[in-house]
Amino acid sequence: MAGSAWRSMLSQVVGAVKRPALSSVSFSRGMQTVTLIPGDGIGPEISTAVMKIFEAAKAPIRWEERNVTAIKGPGGKWMIPPDAKESMDRSKIGLKGPLKTPIAAGHPSMNLLLRKTFDLYANVRPCISIEGYKTPYTDVNLVTIRENTEGEYSGIEHVIVDGVVQSIKLITEEASRRIAEYAFEYARNNQRNSVTAVHKANIMRMSDGLFLRKCREVAENYKDIKFTEMYLDTVCLNMVQDPTQFDVLVMPNLYGDILSDLCAGLIGGLGVTPSGNIGANGVAIFESVHGTAPDIAGLDMANPTALLLSAVMMLRHMGLHDHAHKIQMACFDTIRDKKVLTKDLGGNSKCSEFTAEICRRVQDLE
Amino acid sequence: MAAHSAVFSVSKILTSFRGGHLGNTAKVFGTTVTSQRNKAVLTPPPAKYGGRHTVTLIPGDGIGPELLGHVREVFRFSCVPVDFEVVNVNSALETEVDINNAITAIRRNGVALKGNIETKHTMPPSVKSRNNVLRTSLDLYANVMHCQSLPGVQTRHKNIDIMIIRENTEGEYSSLEHESVSGVVESLKIITRNNSLRIADYAFRLAREKGRRRVTAVHKANIMKLGDGLFLQCCREVASGYPDITFDSMIVDNTTMQLVSKPQQFDVMVMPNLYGNVVSNVCAGLVGGPGLVPGANYGRDYAVFETATRNTGKSIADRNIANPTAMLLASCMMLDHLKLFDYASSIRNAVLTTMNETRLHTADIGGQGTTSEVVQSVMRIIQSKGQLTAEL
Repeated sequence: MAGSAWRSMLSQVVGAVKRPALSSVSFSRGMQTVTLIPGDGIGPEISTAVMKIFEAAKAPIRWEERNVTAIKGPGGKWMIPPDAKESMDRSKIGLKGPLKTPIAAGHPSMNLLLRKTFDLYANVRPCISIEGYKTPYTDVNLVTIRENTEGEYSGIEHVIVDGVVQSIKLITEEASRRIAEYAFEYARNNQRNSVTAVHKANIMRMSDGLFLRKCREVAENYKDIKFTEMYLDTVCLNMVQDPTQFDVLVMPNLYGDILSDLCAGLIGGLGVTPSGNIGANGVAIFESVHGTAPDIAGLDMANPTALLLSAVMMLRHMGLHDHAHKIQMACFDTIRDKKVLTKDLGGNSKCSEFTAEICRRVQDLE
Repeated sequence: MAAHSAVFSVSKILTSFRGGHLGNTAKVFGTTVTSQRNKAVLTPPPAKYGGRHTVTLIPGDGIGPELLGHVREVFRFSCVPVDFEVVNVNSALETEVDINNAITAIRRNGVALKGNIETKHTMPPSVKSRNNVLRTSLDLYANVMHCQSLPGVQTRHKNIDIMIIRENTEGEYSSLEHESVSGVVESLKIITRNNSLRIADYAFRLAREKGRRRVTAVHKANIMKLGDGLFLQCCREVASGYPDITFDSMIVDNTTMQLVSKPQQFDVMVMPNLYGNVVSNVCAGLVGGPGLVPGANYGRDYAVFETATRNTGKSIADRNIANPTAMLLASCMMLDHLKLFDYASSIRNAVLTTMNETRLHTADIGGQGTTSEVVQSVMRIIQSKGQLTAEL
């Protein structure tokens, strides 16, 4: 019973499958609330762009804007503002812009804090080559699924003696099993053929060994999907030579971070890569993964594609496939046409012009 | 052995903390550090007798024995005054006898050429990676890899010329793991000031020696604030002593992204162990694959040469299709280290001519040649240059 509820919830996190609008959770009719977190730097500009495009597409979304700057709660622990948490718990779906992460400073990274608060254990990043935006790599079509809560980013560090620092990498059975199950479910729901576990068990025998064992165990229950294991360095080596050999990749935190950014680089960078974070209680936060770009903030030069594609991923998750398809088509057509492009895509139009062009195409597609 | 003693001291300190005897900790760590500093710089005598050098050869597994066999063939053919002391390491055994023999041999000879030793991770975790044991026991703290685009090889990116210097003994590869509670495993990543300063200093000295303009430190200090923060701080300190070289830093995920879109922007890169693994493999892939790039591991007293990406290549072993370029170029690096520059450049030129002009390529770079054909071509070119050679 719990298993089937889990399954039906997971099967909603669909990448590109056309499903009937009637799903077990009624998102299709009426306005659905989504918590919008504009973020810092170029965040507010691109959030506005996405809201405009959604309005043009007449998507049934009501946005609730919230700020998530860390505040010190009772007991001295850093936490996100309670109104943001309350909004997310109610709406269950979030769209987030880029957040600032200071290097080597006082409070923990904001993104990490969000992850801990909502137990966002899986980060999904589909990397598909964009027609019209040329990179040296064509036909990239892979998905990186990264464990998002533990591993090297557990944030546990100590100074043993002056001059010796230890960072602890934590791998647990529970988290490894959970991410492996999610990866196989995702593969099954999105008609993917194989799942590859990425590890370094020759060096980190116990930790990555545990991760690998759990993946193998879960693979037993999904005989229809091919399971392989590959060392991290072999994956990196092969990825830059022939990325078409990979399908779904599942891995612990640090390798996931590096590999998902590597794959983003293959398709054109963080400015065009969508990303979704799936949490334990049906919570899902979709985000743009690029930085805050403080140097171009406020200058109307930002590229909203990443946030837009993440929002499209969100629409699919909610079952609103028609709207998702329309907006995605409009966005890709605009990029393929190459007439109105922002600076990072190779053109010299403003963000507002790019947004207006997409809005126009969306309305034409009606 | 600073890394080794640091790690050993860490475990000592942890036990003494639990024991409650705080007073001993400073003494324990203090003694090991000062003993390192007070030791005179003792360079072991070179293993050179009668004008011939002795070099330890560790065939390893997979394509290692095959390729090293070709190296010996080329050396014998070119009358290189190097004798190889072969030490076999059986990766299937659980005892440390083999690898200890190899380490003793390298201590004796000072220089080694090795293939990769397989690590079967079905064995218990107490059986550590043999390659790792070798590197830490001999304190080979710097792994140097030079990635250059070769004109004869078809790749997506051109004009790449990156030197990667990777810390080789600590970081994530400290092999300190424990399962404190069932189902929860902790792995320790150790970063020490001594080793970070040492590798940064090596990087800058090498950059200056080779006339390079820029050194980039690769890190993840926004997440691992103390660990990578310390590494970055050490790099900055060392950088201040080299005002002629520009120093900047980049976060590792951004680095990989930049590498696949614009690799020409990088010059010299220095980084801790795991990021070094990732970045060196990405760069090797960018210039044409694992069969092309040689790597070197340098310590204060010893040097071990191997292929840069350390692949065992089990699936292509004994099929005469492996690319001998990386191993041959690694042997040339070894000859340079032994100051046999003429032999080194003759073999290197022959290998590069085969690659770029004759265009005899093996399967991994899109050709149809076999390993032995490439080696024969190399030997023919060496002979044609008119030096003393044995029969073909």
